[in-house]
Amino acid sequence: MSMEEHTITILVKNEPGVLSRVAGVFSGRGYNIKTLCVAPTANPEISRITLTSNADADFTEKIKKQLDKLVDIVDVLDYTGERFLKREMMLLGLKITPGRHAEALQALNTLGCRIVAMRPDYYIIETSGSRSENDAVFQYFQTFDVEMMNRTGCIAIPLNPKNDPE
Amino acid sequence: MKLTGSQILFKALHAEGVDTIFGYPGGSVIDLYDEMYRQEGIQHYLVRHEQGAVHAADGYARATGKTGVCLVTSGPGATNTVTGIANAYADSIPVVILTGQVPTHMIGKDAFQEVDITGITRPCTKHNFLVRTVEDLGRNIREAFHIARSGRPGPVLVDIPKDILQATLEEEKISMAVNLPAEPSRESIDGACAEAISLIKASRRPVIFVGGGILRGKAVSELRTFVDAVNAPVTASLMGLGAFPGTDPRWLGMLGMHGTYYANMAVSHSDLLIAVGVRFDDRVTSKVAEFAPNARIIHIDIDPVSINKIVKAHVSIISDCREALQRLNTMAGGRVLLSEDQTRDWLDQITKWKRAVPLGYCRSDKIKPQCVIEKLYELTKGQAIITTEVGQNQMWAAQFYHFDYPDTFISSGGLGTMGFGLPAAIGAQVAFPDRTVVDIAGDGSIQMNIQELATAVHYNLPVKVVILNNSFLGMVRQWQEMFYGKRYSQTHMKQTLDFVKLAEAFGAVGLRATKPEEVEDVLRKGLETPGVVMMDFQVEPEEQVYPMVSPGAALTDMKLGNLRQEAD
Repeated sequence: MSMEEHTITILVKNEPGVLSRVAGVFSGRGYNIKTLCVAPTANPEISRITLTSNADADFTEKIKKQLDKLVDIVDVLDYTGERFLKREMMLLGLKITPGRHAEALQALNTLGCRIVAMRPDYYIIETSGSRSENDAVFQYFQTFDVEMMNRTGCIAIPLNPKNDPE
Repeated sequence: MKLTGSQILFKALHAEGVDTIFGYPGGSVIDLYDEMYRQEGIQHYLVRHEQGAVHAADGYARATGKTGVCLVTSGPGATNTVTGIANAYADSIPVVILTGQVPTHMIGKDAFQEVDITGITRPCTKHNFLVRTVEDLGRNIREAFHIARSGRPGPVLVDIPKDILQATLEEEKISMAVNLPAEPSRESIDGACAEAISLIKASRRPVIFVGGGILRGKAVSELRTFVDAVNAPVTASLMGLGAFPGTDPRWLGMLGMHGTYYANMAVSHSDLLIAVGVRFDDRVTSKVAEFAPNARIIHIDIDPVSINKIVKAHVSIISDCREALQRLNTMAGGRVLLSEDQTRDWLDQITKWKRAVPLGYCRSDKIKPQCVIEKLYELTKGQAIITTEVGQNQMWAAQFYHFDYPDTFISSGGLGTMGFGLPAAIGAQVAFPDRTVVDIAGDGSIQMNIQELATAVHYNLPVKVVILNNSFLGMVRQWQEMFYGKRYSQTHMKQTLDFVKLAEAFGAVGLRATKPEEVEDVLRKGLETPGVVMMDFQVEPEEQVYPMVSPGAALTDMKLGNLRQEAD
């Protein structure tokens, strides 16, 4: 069976243990969560979990039904596919050797990255984009000395307003 | 006026109509037990092990249809409930488990008798709560009951820190209003029901297959009406026994690994399987690819997860079984959907299968376990509540006691928990003090919660225990004989234990039968003797449960022993 990446967003009551319950639905059925983001929504009692997982085709139906059964779950939405905008964020700690500043600054500019902290020999840069864009940025800066890297999982939003015909 | 957390908890229990608790005190719940000392209207049964408390609450729930309640302390008290909780979860039984917890400020500090019981039980409860403030307590208790009995029922655990039981709250600040997210809305079932009706009308070889959903959903009489309309034979999972009368001519007996020959043949040759309140357990389907290979499948279940999980349904009706059957019966409008003419050939074929390979056994000079169950059925006129342990004893009980009434067969189906039967019998007997309650046990499994005999004697709950004593862990031994070259690895349980003396030591009556001619007398005497009685039937040690579908084989691929009477 072919494995593909699914993106699911889950609105949950902001209760202790809710993340563990959601994770349990995946782990209890042998699925691995690839990326995960959790943050409160505009309503502080409700949080949004956005996660991606590699799984077979009927995964979403199976998992959605299981998630719907959890008491603290408000809604489960499938954000897989082209109709959704997906973004990740990445922070890089970059060691800059003398003589390479110009090259680094030009690359940062071209790649649309931002310097959020800097010393003469060390930059912290921030970038956001699709996963492949971030992959490309990371790969480019491998030619420098990347001391640290931390990236988020994916967050997503529908491209079209709610009432648009699909 | 201020109320303590303990008082609020009892207020919530009273509001839920709870009058029976199975429990065991300890340090974290001592305040609760202190309050219980003053409370009226609640009878507490002191079990001898916390596992027994959950099984008893479970048995009570199965016998009554109400939600069972148990109460234990933190740490080991809580962990001892885990098997019982998983058992209730597997069989969808509404049970509320109240566990004490160390005081809030000690949580996470490895305090004495601290354990993260909400973490431990997350995968085997429908939901659980760690109560965070005394303000939440009443509401959490009410929510626990609401969740336990709504939709597909199941166990819910509420973990209550000791300081919350001791804290006080102004009476007017106590809120008991349930505050839970709405359940996902469901589509109307009318369209699916109409499709189901047309599939039924087009069918000539229908079988109705029922499970625990009929019993949990209290849909027994609706099922009867439906069966009349469809003119179809009826089979059941282990959990569905009693949903349809075991003495009705349309009854096929149980389906699956130790189902009857004719139930397995009927399902395998059917052109329509109407599955109501079932989840297609592997003990029922065996090899899924060859399960009911020629049949369209109508699947009615309250849990959307059950639909298309194992067996693909052609028509699925996600609904409470009673509602769905009522709807189908209304659509049938009191007329038959299939006439006798239309199903005659099919019913004739089934009669042939029934004659070819009936359930049975060969008599010998040793006591046959099946014979003990048959005699028990005769002497109790089929009116007893039967609980079972797990293994051969359970299968023989399912095959040879013909369950005519709902909620009279109480058995650990999904989890297969040895040690369930005795505490479950105690729970059923508490619910129905005047009925005959019999635990059918093996000599292995009875020892797993034997301490509960003390509970039965303590409260004068006249449970009768029938031990089919073969000095083996019989079902595993049967597999070893059939599939592992008769290598009886660790299944011979040399029975040096004297069950008669053991019963007497507990203050119960012990009886023994060693020869076939003693069976009836011992049973009669055991059933007539007031109080708790344990009967030790020393049976044929290497008797097999037949039929048996080999694990992973198709349902038609049955080992039949000597059951075959004539060519079919």
